[in-house]
Parts: sequence; C-alpha cells; structure tokens
Amino acid sequence: MNARTLVVVRKEFREYRRNRFIVTTMAALPVVLLAILVAETFSLPSGISEAGLRRPVGEALLFLQLIPVMLPTTIAAYAIMGEREQKTLETVLTTPVSDAELLAGKAIAAVLPAVAISWLLFGAYVGLADIFAPHIVVSQIWTVEQAVAMGLLGPGLAAFAIVVGILVSLRSSDFRVAQQLAVLAAAPVIGFVALITFRVLDPSVGLYAVAAAAVFLVVAVLWRVCLRLFSRERLLTAGRTS
Amino acid sequence: MERLTKRFGARVAFEELSFEVGWGEVFGLLGPNGAGKTSAVRVLCTLLPPTSGAAEVAGVALAPGNEFEIRRRISVATDQPGLYLKLSVRDNLEFFAGLYGLRPPHATARIEECAAAVGIAARLEDVAGTLSRGLAQRACLARALLPGPGLLFLDEPTTGLDPEAAAGVREIISGLRQRGTTVFMTTHRLDEAEQLCDRVAIVNTRLVSVGTAAELKARMTPPALEVRVAEPLRDPGKVFGPKSWRNGRAPGVYIVEVEDPQRDAPEVARAVVGAGAALVRLGEVATSLEDAYLELLESER
Repeated sequence: MNARTLVVVRKEFREYRRNRFIVTTMAALPVVLLAILVAETFSLPSGISEAGLRRPVGEALLFLQLIPVMLPTTIAAYAIMGEREQKTLETVLTTPVSDAELLAGKAIAAVLPAVAISWLLFGAYVGLADIFAPHIVVSQIWTVEQAVAMGLLGPGLAAFAIVVGILVSLRSSDFRVAQQLAVLAAAPVIGFVALITFRVLDPSVGLYAVAAAAVFLVVAVLWRVCLRLFSRERLLTAGRTS
Repeated sequence: MERLTKRFGARVAFEELSFEVGWGEVFGLLGPNGAGKTSAVRVLCTLLPPTSGAAEVAGVALAPGNEFEIRRRISVATDQPGLYLKLSVRDNLEFFAGLYGLRPPHATARIEECAAAVGIAARLEDVAGTLSRGLAQRACLARALLPGPGLLFLDEPTTGLDPEAAAGVREIISGLRQRGTTVFMTTHRLDEAEQLCDRVAIVNTRLVSVGTAAELKARMTPPALEVRVAEPLRDPGKVFGPKSWRNGRAPGVYIVEVEDPQRDAPEVARAVVGAGAALVRLGEVATSLEDAYLELLESER
C-alpha cells in the first residue's frame, strides 16, 4: 500500500474511533442481526427436514451476505461529504496527496472493518449454531460454498458498496441524500445475493467464484469512473460554477 | 503570473492578473468581497485550473502534470482552520505530516517544532473541536509550516479572530518573514497588510494597482504638510505662495502640497511665522493604505 494511502487509512480509523455515530452504526446492526438470526434458526425443531431448513437458513445467509453491503454505506457516503462538512477537504487537496491515494485510503478504511465484522459475525453464528442449534443447521451453514461466499464474494460486495458510496458522495451535496442513494445503488446486488441464498440459483463454489470475479470487475470499472469524476473544482466550488 | 484568468462559466472570478512575487517577500492581495482573491489563491495552489494565462509557482510552471510538484513545494492555510474536529491537534498534525511525506521520528520532531513556533505546544493533546478560534488558527498555521514550505499561502489568516489572537497570528507571520519564507496572503485588513506586507496588489477581478504601501499611497495622494496655526490666516494664498493648499478639517488647519515634506517643511514654517501667525503644529500628512485603497477602487470604477 502506498505510504500516503496508509496515512489516510490511519486517519480514517482514528476518526472512526472518535466518532460515536460511526462506531454505534457499525456495532449496532451486526449485534441486532445476530440476535435475530440466533432467535430464528436456533429454535428450529431437531427433526426438521432439509427442505424445511431452506427458508430460515437462506434468510440467515442472506443477512450475513448483506452485512458487508449495508455496513459501509454510511462511511462511504460520508467519505468526501464529511471532509466538505468539516471544511478539511480544501486543506487536504492542497497537500501532495493524489486523488487516487486519497480515495483509496478512504475506500480501504471502509472495506476492512466491514469485511472483518461480517467474518466475525459469520464465525459467531456458526459457533453458536454448533453449540445450540440442531446439527442439520450447521451442516447447511458451514459449507465450502458458504466459505467461498464469505471469503470472496463478501469482500467484493463490500468494495462494491463502498465504491458506489464514494461515487454518490462525489456528486451529491447532501449527506442524507448520498447515503440513501448509496443504499439504493446496492439494491441489484442485494437481489442477486437473495437469488443465490434462496437457491433460485443453485449455490456452488463455481457460482460464488464467478459472482465474486464479476463484482470485482464492476468495482474496477466503477473505481475508474470515481477517479474520472473526482473534480477538485466541482468539489470546492460545490455547484457555484455555472 | 502573466495575464492569469479564471472564469466559472460566464462569471469572471479574476482576469488578466499579471505581477511577480519575489523570494522571501511577504506579498498581500487586497480587494473587496468577490474580487477574486480566494480564487486566485486556489488557482495558484493547483486546486482550480486557470481558464487562461500563465504562472510560475515556487519555480514550477502552473501547467497540467505539474500539480504534484507545486503542492510539494508550497503550503496553504485557508480562512477556515481545516482541522478534523474529533481528532487531537497532534493527530491532525501527524496526518498532514504524513501527507507531506514526513515520517517518524522526523515528523514527531517537526510537529513539536511547528507547534512551539505558533505557541500551541501545550495544547497538542487537546481535541481540535474544543479549541478557540484563535488557537485553531494557530494549529492551522502549525500545519501549514510542517513541510517547511518555500512559499506559504495564507487566505484571510486573521478573519474572525479577536484583536489579541489576530496580533498573535501577525507576530507569527512576521517571524516567517525573518526566516525567509515567501508569504502570499489575502486580507481584508488594510492595517494588517500595511504592517506585514513588503508589497501589495489591489484587485477587483482585475489588477488595480501593485507596489509597496508607500508607493500606492504616493500614487493616490500627493505628499503634503498639515499646518495648524492659533488663529486662521487672513490670506493663506499669500502665505503659502505658489504651493497648492486647501483648508483642513478645523479652522486654522491647512493642507499644503509639497514635493518633499522633509525638505520643504522649514520653508513653510518660515512663511507662516513670517506672516505673523502663531504656528501650533507642522507635520507630514499621514495617508493610510486604506485611503489609497479606497481611492484606487473608486478610480477603477
């Protein structure tokens, strides 16, 4: 990682730690989600059939996949907007940091906690299921396909959500609008994940790997769009240009 | 800069600006609101591309591809402190030191040095959002000093500060001049510009005038002597001879235009005393930069 990008990542982490809103947003959703999943899946009768498990397990896995999509939208939408609101953007842009270094630092700082939290949540869910749920539940959750989904597709989805959030942040002048647009933009991804988790598309290692590759390809394209749309003039004059 | 121009669509921010700033100079850019001062700084700092014209900043041509090299050589303190309010002053300075490529332990030493230079060494661990406006502005200046820039841009450095804090910031700028840093500052405060700047440029989207404060004053107001006598003169025209004169603000006060106040003062004194008048005061008319500024802008309109 480039030294200046690393400097931006470190600063972002420091800001997260000092910003209760971000910490609360990041912590609350996974905790609530885990509680819902545990309550729903662990109360299943021990003699439940594999077909009967499809809906509750599908829902659980859908939620787990959505964590890396939902969590970073606030942070990503705030990436540039926050700098503008604090009036730090102009100061930062007068330093030798490049557009790509600045955006990469912000994106990485948003991806890492989102992916880490989704993996922790998945680990906690599998661990609790192993202890408290019928064995058939664990065998449905802890599969090679799901590991590939969490390991590859999860980070891809997180990266997608963040790049979309930054993209919206670059073009929006209101934080709330940016956040809502970022969530809306993630809707197609949510639909795709839903199709897989509910077995409309048959989950397999190959499908998850191809889906992850496709998502990363889209991320790469959107990243280039982000860099092209990063206009210092537009960001600083904020619509005063005509 | 040579005929430098910036337009936002049809709106002109500034146009055809041409002047030079020498190394080690403290240069002031003066002008009313909307005159294009901040836009000029933003263009020179590579934040905005110029519409036309040319410029060289810190020895590097202002051209696409040179932005990084220019930003490596300059530093900017904007009119807003630009600090991350939830981070400590030290965290803020560490972040910017990193962006300027400073690494520990050099960065740590440099932060201590710059914080001491602006008088906030004891407040490094304070959260930036808890600082007063004056202290935040000092922290902003410490940040701007971090890279040891050859050229420092200050955009309205004392805006919103109380008189004591503003005096502190002016002291820091004076210190920079002594260290040989080139300072390019914009300000509304004409007394401040007169006190700090070696030369000033007055702009009102176009360049109105450029020179030292003394040159601008002389350009607009000819040198004159103020003569105060105990009783109004019966025939001032006879006393002052061929010199141009006018009544002052009070009875018995006259403004006499001369070529060289110091040289011509004894002659004027002799004429007044020779006319039998009781001379109370004789002194050079002090014209402020503000007078010259207002007259220059008025003549521009």
